[in-house]
Amino acid sequence: MQLPFAGAIDCDTHPAAPSIKSLLPYMTPYWRTQLVERSLHTVNFTFTSAKPNVPLSRRADWRAPLEEDANIVPTLRQELLDPFQLRFAICNVLHGSIALFHQDMAAAIISAVNDWTRDHLLASDPRLRASILVSPTDPAHAVSEIERLGEDKRFVQILLPVMGELPLGRRIYWPIFEAAQRLQLPICIHAGSLHRMATTGGGWPSHFVEDYIAQSAAFENVLVSLLAEGVFRKFDRLTFVLAESGVSWYPALLWRNDRMWRATRREVPWIERVPHEIINERVRLTLQPFDGPEDAAAMKRLIDHFDSDRVILFSTDYPHAHFDGLNALPDGLSDALIQRIAIDNPAETYTRLALAPQPAGASA
Amino acid sequence: MTASQVISHIDDFPPNTRKVVEVNGRSVVVFRVEDEFYALLNRCPHEGAELCKGRLGGLVVSSEPGEYDMTQENQFLRCPWHGWEFDIKTGQSYCDPRKTRTPRYDVAVKSGGALQEGPYKAEPIKVSLDDLYVVVHC
Amino acid sequence: MTLTLDSAAPAASTPAKLATVDCDLHPTPRSPNDLLPFLSQRWQSHLRDYGSHIRQGISGQEIHPRMDGRGMRLDAFPETGPAGSDLGLMQRQHLDANDIGAGTLIALGTSVSDERNLDYGAALARAVNQWQLAAWVEPDPRLHAGIIVTQEDPAAAVAEIDYWAADPRFSHIMLSPKPIEPLGRRRYWPIYEAACRAGLPVVFHPVIPGGGHPSSGIGWPTFYIQDHYTSGPLYQNIAMSMVFEGVFEKFPELKVVFVEGGFTWVPHMTWRFDRQWERMRSEVPHVKKKPSEYLRQNTWFTTQPMEECRTPGQLREIIEWIGFDRVLYSSDYPHWDYDDPKYAFKLRLSDEERQMIFSGNARRAYRL
Repeated sequence: MQLPFAGAIDCDTHPAAPSIKSLLPYMTPYWRTQLVERSLHTVNFTFTSAKPNVPLSRRADWRAPLEEDANIVPTLRQELLDPFQLRFAICNVLHGSIALFHQDMAAAIISAVNDWTRDHLLASDPRLRASILVSPTDPAHAVSEIERLGEDKRFVQILLPVMGELPLGRRIYWPIFEAAQRLQLPICIHAGSLHRMATTGGGWPSHFVEDYIAQSAAFENVLVSLLAEGVFRKFDRLTFVLAESGVSWYPALLWRNDRMWRATRREVPWIERVPHEIINERVRLTLQPFDGPEDAAAMKRLIDHFDSDRVILFSTDYPHAHFDGLNALPDGLSDALIQRIAIDNPAETYTRLALAPQPAGASA
Repeated sequence: MTASQVISHIDDFPPNTRKVVEVNGRSVVVFRVEDEFYALLNRCPHEGAELCKGRLGGLVVSSEPGEYDMTQENQFLRCPWHGWEFDIKTGQSYCDPRKTRTPRYDVAVKSGGALQEGPYKAEPIKVSLDDLYVVVHC
Repeated sequence: MTLTLDSAAPAASTPAKLATVDCDLHPTPRSPNDLLPFLSQRWQSHLRDYGSHIRQGISGQEIHPRMDGRGMRLDAFPETGPAGSDLGLMQRQHLDANDIGAGTLIALGTSVSDERNLDYGAALARAVNQWQLAAWVEPDPRLHAGIIVTQEDPAAAVAEIDYWAADPRFSHIMLSPKPIEPLGRRRYWPIYEAACRAGLPVVFHPVIPGGGHPSSGIGWPTFYIQDHYTSGPLYQNIAMSMVFEGVFEKFPELKVVFVEGGFTWVPHMTWRFDRQWERMRSEVPHVKKKPSEYLRQNTWFTTQPMEECRTPGQLREIIEWIGFDRVLYSSDYPHWDYDDPKYAFKLRLSDEERQMIFSGNARRAYRL
């Protein structure tokens, strides 16, 4: 169904990634020269998990050729911001540079992507907000990016891929979480893999559709990693947003971890409360790709299995093809729940939304 | 109906051991931790395991990830199957004290003389007036 | 959900004639020497001098150490030998006490599917299969053996399946869910073909460490509590590979049982498969039906470790979504997370539902 009101907050929007040519002005002379001499200005650093021509990645009616990067924001207005009457859209610019092994080159490109995001997305439309792109392979650079850009309240979270080099709960990543908490920035863990290892525990699947389905299994494991490592305990004011994760797996994960906690609490004694209470407080999931049942009665029961109406955040996952027309909401949600998902939960998750200059004509 | 039953001469129940006894038709596990006695129904409320087969130990708590503090030595009984921890003083589950517990029973050490005042069931233990006995009320 | 025995369906409501089928029993050799009589001289000396050669950094133990007694019920240790090595104790504690009419064996701890030396693996597979019969099935005909194979050498695996196919003492074929390639890929199709020929189900059970891939796409877990969780997502990935590679289209008779991964994830997995199949059918035109249709026809899921939803009603909804005909009782004896057939279900089942989960479904899935 369609949003019944204007002013929703889209918590997972994907503008097209800028070309390397658009990024060169943000780089030092050394990296400008390097990228050109190595012919890297002729490739796109397309993130394999988000290849644009896959039918899923761009809806058929959202495939207008962009021609140049200057068209990215006008296209976004025309296809997303205006028709859905959004108050805000949070931009997650997925960029393949995070999968590079050369960490200095990666750092140069990632910083340039963030600069471009600020100058060409955030500056172009007051409805746009963005994530700070970082790579899990270089926590020190991630921290420096968070500190460099974190004062700009239009950056509302930190963006990490769900499948990196190690499970994201590991202590090696805690400096990122420390910086994010200090600056009151949630951590957004987004679908996607650096492909350092097979995308499933059983090896490398053959098909794109399988890699896409397998994201939710990765999200399940990453959430258990955050729980088990004590990240929620150590960073007690940090929110984790799981984006493009699917949502229907969430109740079963809570049930299972509640049971396991009773049995293995001795191994992880910093988990001081029953896991579902901790996770319901600290974790949010974006709506699309919605992966619940088509049947309305089953849908109602699935919603009841969620122990909380605070968990889901509205998202279109634009320009991915998860729904037709403006029907960004699955059928079967109550008005009260839509209000929470589309407005209240995002506003509570992203407190920075109220701190930066507001879109014209928008009322609080 | 509760009953009181002499389960052991104190000399036959050394410190830091446990006994399983039948009292009033119930299987009861009795622990002696140093000179304190505790009794619980010998049955996990979860899936029915015999708690007497579980380990008695402390409670690990943590002030932050990576910190492990052992507390309350020998005060928590763990189910031999799923590891649920029960406070031997109260029978309450550590993880869910409000809803999950195994019944606990009073245990006392009494002289044979005091036992004359009854009613206590002593069979098959022979009671001497001057000796001490472990009694479970159940 | 409040967990008390009072709220469990009492055993007394079970019709006396109903003999439970337990789809997850673990027999264990008292020591590797138990297998020697079934190995040739050449492989006896190999076992003694080299032993298993698997893909993990510590030999002869779990890389995620278990909480108690290496993951065993603390009351399941015989006077000598490891838990699960004494048939008499298994009979007293479980088979007789719980009126188990049939049990399907899953012989872990012999590292056949993990073995990197494929020739040794094949010799070990034959030895473990013979040992199961001699030490367990012959003394107690309620027990049914599972054919252990070296799946990374499919030709040897097929030969082992064919060797035992007509032997009624075997009820199923064991495969590792931690392969070198996803289990739907054609490398493994000869095994599925042999399974269909034999009329035996393929059974997955979590193993350590398997083909060397981390247990999920995010990398290796740190703690056992995480390691224990990985089986559910892993099973989703396996079912996905088998559906989207077209295994069930190619082998419509193939029966697959997922053991010890829980089951509350099956509905959401199914919804996700169907929705993404609709969106990306053009990539997998060989998948002709909705994924849910294959799952409903070809797959079963065992109950242990029993999922504890917040309310019995939620548990019932989960099972209804999967199908009461798809769920099989399993105990996992003698492991620590054992589920007792009398108390594991915190849900009142009708006699018909109970009959299906505790007996009827397994009698259709397995050759019993």
